[in-house]
Amino acid sequence: MSEANITPVLMPKWGLSMSEGVLVDWLVDEGAEINVGDEIMEVETDKIASAVEAADPGVLRRRVGDAGETYPVRALLGVLAPPEVSDDDIDAYIAAYEVPVDEDDDEGAAAAYEFAETAVGRLRYASRGDDGPALVLIHGFGGDLDNWLFNIDALAERARVYAFDLPGHGQSVKAIEDPGLAGLASALQAFLDTVELDSAHLVGHSMGAAVAARLACDAPERVQSLTLIAAAGLGPEINADYIDGFVGAESRRELKPVLFNLFADSELVNRSMVDDLLKYKRIDGVQEALSSLAAELFPGGTQSAQLAADIDASGLNTLVIWGSGDAVIPAAHAQALGNAAIEIIDGAGHMVQMEKASAVNALILEHIG
Amino acid sequence: MNDNVFPLGKEDLLKAYRTMKTIREFEERLHVDFGRGEIPGFVHLYAGEEAAATGIMMHLNDQDRIASTHRGHGHCIAKGVDIGEMMAEIYGKITGACRGKGGSMHIADLSKGMMGANGILGAGSPLACGAALAAKTLGHKGIGMSFTGDGASNQGTFLESLNLAAIWNLPMVFVVENNGYAESTSVDYATAVDSYADRAAGFGVPGVIVDGTDFFAVYEAAGEVIRRAREGGGPSLLECKMVRFFGHFEGDAQTYRGEGENEYNRENNDCLKLFRARVTEAGVVDGGELDAIDSEVLAAIDKAVEEAVAAPLPGAADLTTDVYVKY
Amino acid sequence: MARNLSMKDAINEALDQEMSRDPTVIVMGEDIVGGSGSPGEDDAWGGVLGVTKGLYAKHGDRLMDTPLSESAYIGAAIGASTCGLRPVAELMFLDFMGVCFDQIFNQAAKFRYMFGGKAETPVTIRAMVGAGFRAAAQHSQMLTPLFTHIPGLKVVCPSNAYDAKGLLIQSIRDNDPVIFCEHKALYASETDVPEESYTVPFGEANIVREGSDATIVCYGLMVHRASEAAETLAGEGIQCEIVDLRTLSPIDTDSVVESVENTGRLVCVDEANPRCSIAADIAATVSQEAFSSLKAAPQMVTAPHTPVPFSPALEDLYIPSAEAIADAVRKTMAP
Repeated sequence: MSEANITPVLMPKWGLSMSEGVLVDWLVDEGAEINVGDEIMEVETDKIASAVEAADPGVLRRRVGDAGETYPVRALLGVLAPPEVSDDDIDAYIAAYEVPVDEDDDEGAAAAYEFAETAVGRLRYASRGDDGPALVLIHGFGGDLDNWLFNIDALAERARVYAFDLPGHGQSVKAIEDPGLAGLASALQAFLDTVELDSAHLVGHSMGAAVAARLACDAPERVQSLTLIAAAGLGPEINADYIDGFVGAESRRELKPVLFNLFADSELVNRSMVDDLLKYKRIDGVQEALSSLAAELFPGGTQSAQLAADIDASGLNTLVIWGSGDAVIPAAHAQALGNAAIEIIDGAGHMVQMEKASAVNALILEHIG
Repeated sequence: MNDNVFPLGKEDLLKAYRTMKTIREFEERLHVDFGRGEIPGFVHLYAGEEAAATGIMMHLNDQDRIASTHRGHGHCIAKGVDIGEMMAEIYGKITGACRGKGGSMHIADLSKGMMGANGILGAGSPLACGAALAAKTLGHKGIGMSFTGDGASNQGTFLESLNLAAIWNLPMVFVVENNGYAESTSVDYATAVDSYADRAAGFGVPGVIVDGTDFFAVYEAAGEVIRRAREGGGPSLLECKMVRFFGHFEGDAQTYRGEGENEYNRENNDCLKLFRARVTEAGVVDGGELDAIDSEVLAAIDKAVEEAVAAPLPGAADLTTDVYVKY
Repeated sequence: MARNLSMKDAINEALDQEMSRDPTVIVMGEDIVGGSGSPGEDDAWGGVLGVTKGLYAKHGDRLMDTPLSESAYIGAAIGASTCGLRPVAELMFLDFMGVCFDQIFNQAAKFRYMFGGKAETPVTIRAMVGAGFRAAAQHSQMLTPLFTHIPGLKVVCPSNAYDAKGLLIQSIRDNDPVIFCEHKALYASETDVPEESYTVPFGEANIVREGSDATIVCYGLMVHRASEAAETLAGEGIQCEIVDLRTLSPIDTDSVVESVENTGRLVCVDEANPRCSIAADIAATVSQEAFSSLKAAPQMVTAPHTPVPFSPALEDLYIPSAEAIADAVRKTMAP
C-alpha cells in the first residue's frame, strides 16, 4: 500500500454547526493535475455556497462524490494521488475509508462558541487550536466571527486562533459605549485581557483591520504583527451605497443587492446569508449600533480614520491583503502603507478571506511565521 | 345684582349657557338643512338633552375620556370639539373632524378626550373602561365615562362593563341618558326595572337618578360621582331622565309619540328655558347677557355652515389612506 | 445568544421582555394569571396552557385576570390602547370572538379610518387557533380569514418559536390592532431563539425551503405539513418551494408571485375552511398576477366545509395532511 501518497478530498466542515453539505458540482475532471489553491468543487450548506480549494497538490484520481448529492462532513468525495499509485490501491483506500466520528458533536453547538465577560460587556468568541502563536481575528462592519468560517480551522493547524464578535455585532453585547475606533479598539483590548493574551498576531478585516491597527498604534506591546485585509483606515473612499444600504435595509429585497457589493461572485449571496443578516439587524440595539458606527467612521461616504502613517511609524510587521475586485474599499488603498507586504488577490471582492480562503490562509500563516 | 346662589361663578354660568345654546342651535340648524336635503346620510339630534351633556362635561378636562353614542353632537360640543370641524364632517368634507370619513355618527377628537360617537349601541362602555384603566395604570387623575341611552343600557356590553369597572375599581362613570325611547320603543316596554340606577346595586355600584332637564341638578350629581371616581372611590352610574325634542333620526315621523308630547316638552321641559329662568330670576345673570350669547352662537353656527358648504370634498386619493398607521 | 426554545416559552419571553422594556404594556385575559382572589396560589395557571406562567411574579398587577366578559375586557383593552397603553389581551380561543367581535371589527379596526387618521390603536389580541386537540367545533377553528377580511386589522400566525417571539414583539410595538394567532399544536415545537429582543416585520413571508418545481404557500401548522410533503416529494424528484406567509394581513403576495414565476406551479394550503380562505385568496391573486407563469391550475388544500369534528377519527381527516398536500403537488406536475 502506498497510502501515504494518497490524499483524500473531503466534505469540508465550515463552522461547528455544519453537519452535512451538498456537492453541487465538480470543477475539475478526473486525471487533472491539481495545485494548492485550485478550485476543485463547489459545496453548498444551508448557510453558504463556496468553491472548495485544494489544500494539497496531486492528480485527481477519482471523483467519489456525485454532483447534486448530500454528504456528511468529512465524507470522502475524491482522491488525490500521484500517477504512480495503482488503481487497486486507490480502490482499496476508498473501500477502507470511514467518515470519522465527529468528536465535537457530543459537546454540540455549545462548544462552538464561548462567551467572555469583558470590561465592555459580554463578547462571543470561538477558539481553535492548542499550540503555536496566538492569532486573533477581527471581523468588519456588520459582520461577525463566522466571517472567518473558511479560515479559523485552517489557521488553527498552526496557531491558537481566537475569533470574536465586536460589540454591536453577532451575539456580543449590542450597546457600544464609545461607538468609534477607540471604543472598538478598547473592546479588542478587553477581549485580549479576558482571554489572557498578553499579545497576539492580529488579523483584521475591513473595519476590523482599522480596529487592529488602532490597537497596534495605541498599545504596540499587545500586538505581534498585523494582517490587514480589505482594510478600513488607509484611505478616504468607501462605498457609501454599501454602508448606507446595509444600515438602511429592512427587507430581503432591500438587503440582497447591497450584499452583492461584498463578493466578486454575487452567486455567493444566498437566501440564508440574507436571512441571517436580517435576523441580526432586527435584534434590539443593532440598528443603533450600526448607525452610530457608520456616522462616526464613515460619514458621508468617507472614512474618518486615517491610520497609514501611524501604522508605518509603529514599525510593526504588517501584511496587507486585498481582493482586486473590492467594491467596498478600493484595493488601491493598500499602497498607502510604505513598509508593508502587499498581496492583491485576483477574482476576489471585499470578502476575500471567504472567496479565496486558501490563499489568504497561506499568506497569514506565512506572515506570522 | 344679588349674591350668587349657584354652585358656579357667573363666568361658568355663562359658559354653560353658551354650550347648551350652541348644542341647541347646532341641532336646530341641522334639522332644517337636513330637511332641505343638504346633508348626506342620517343624523340623530341631541336637542332637548343639552343640560345633561353640559352639566356633566363642566366637570371634565381634556385628560378625561368620554365614549359617546350615535346621538353624539351634544357630547362633542360640551367636550370642546370645534363646531366648524364638526359641521364640515357632517357635510362629508375633507376639512371635517374625521376628514369626511366618519360623519355624524363617528365624530371624535382624542385631543379633547372625545373617544368618538359610536354607531354601535353599547359599544362605548368597554372602551371607556379602557380609558379608565389607562388613567389608573398611568397614574394620572383622569376618568373614563360612557354614555348610553335607555336602549343601549340593555346591552350586555354595558352590564359587563359595570361589573368590570366595579371589580377593578376603575375611575369610571356610566351615564345613562334616559329619554324614554329606544328609537321608537318605550323604555317601559323594553326595560324590566323601573330605573337604571336600581341596576347599579346589582353590581355593587352607586346609582343616582337626576332630572336631566335641570342643568343644576345634573351639575351637582355629576360632580359627586366624578369626584368619587377621580379620588379612587370607583365607578358610579348616573341616570339622567330627559326629553328628546326630535325623532330618533331626522325624517322620523314620530307616530309612536303621544298626542301633543313634543309640544308639551318644548313648553315645559326645555332645559334652556329653565336655565334662563333660574339664573335671571336669581338676579345673577341679566337676560340681555344671555341674548347676546344667543346672537353670537347663531353667528358661529352660520359661519360653521358656510365654511362647511364651501369646503372641498375628499378626493379619490383619500379613499385608501388612514386605514393603518403603517401597512 | 440563541438557544432552543419552545414556541410557548418564546411567547412568554416576548411578553416578559416587552413588559420590562415598556411600562405601558399590560396583559389581560381569562386566567392568564390564574387563581386571582382564590384561597390557593395567586399565580396558579398562567393561562390555560401556561403560556403566561411566571410573568405575574415579575410584573405584578400589570397582568390582570379578567371576568368571563370578553366584550368588556377586549373592549377595555382596545379603549386603553387609544389612551396611552399597549395592552395585550388574551382571548384564549379565537372561537370566542363570537361574543366580542363588535369590539374588534367595528371598534378597533375602524377607529383610525373612521376618525380620519387621528387614532392609534396599539392593541394586541392573542388567541389560540387550530385543530388537533380533540376540542371539537367551538375550540378548534382556524378563523384567520375572517379577521384578514377586515381592513384595519393585522393578522399574524407564526409557524415556529423564532417567528413567534419576533412577531409578538412587533405586534406589541405596532401602532395598529393585531390579531395574534397561536396554533396550540405548535406550542411545544422548538427552534433557535435569540435571548435578546428582536422583531420580525409584518408582510414578509419566509421562504422555508427553496425549490424549482412547485410553490406551496401556507402558514401556521400547515408549514410543518408542507415540509413533510416536500420531503416526500423530493424523494420523487419534485423540488418544492415553501412560502410561510407568517402574516396574513399584511400579506406578502410579492414573494408568492416571485416564487410562482420560478416554479410555475402553486399549491395553497390552509387549515381554514375553503370558502373565502387565505388559500382561495392566494390562488386568486396568483391567477391574476402571474397567470402566464402558471403551468397548471393552482390547487387548494384546506379543511372541508364543515365544523371541526370531535371524534379523533374524524378530526384527523379534517386537518389537511402531508399526503393531501403531496397529492396536490403531484396533480400540478401531471402532464
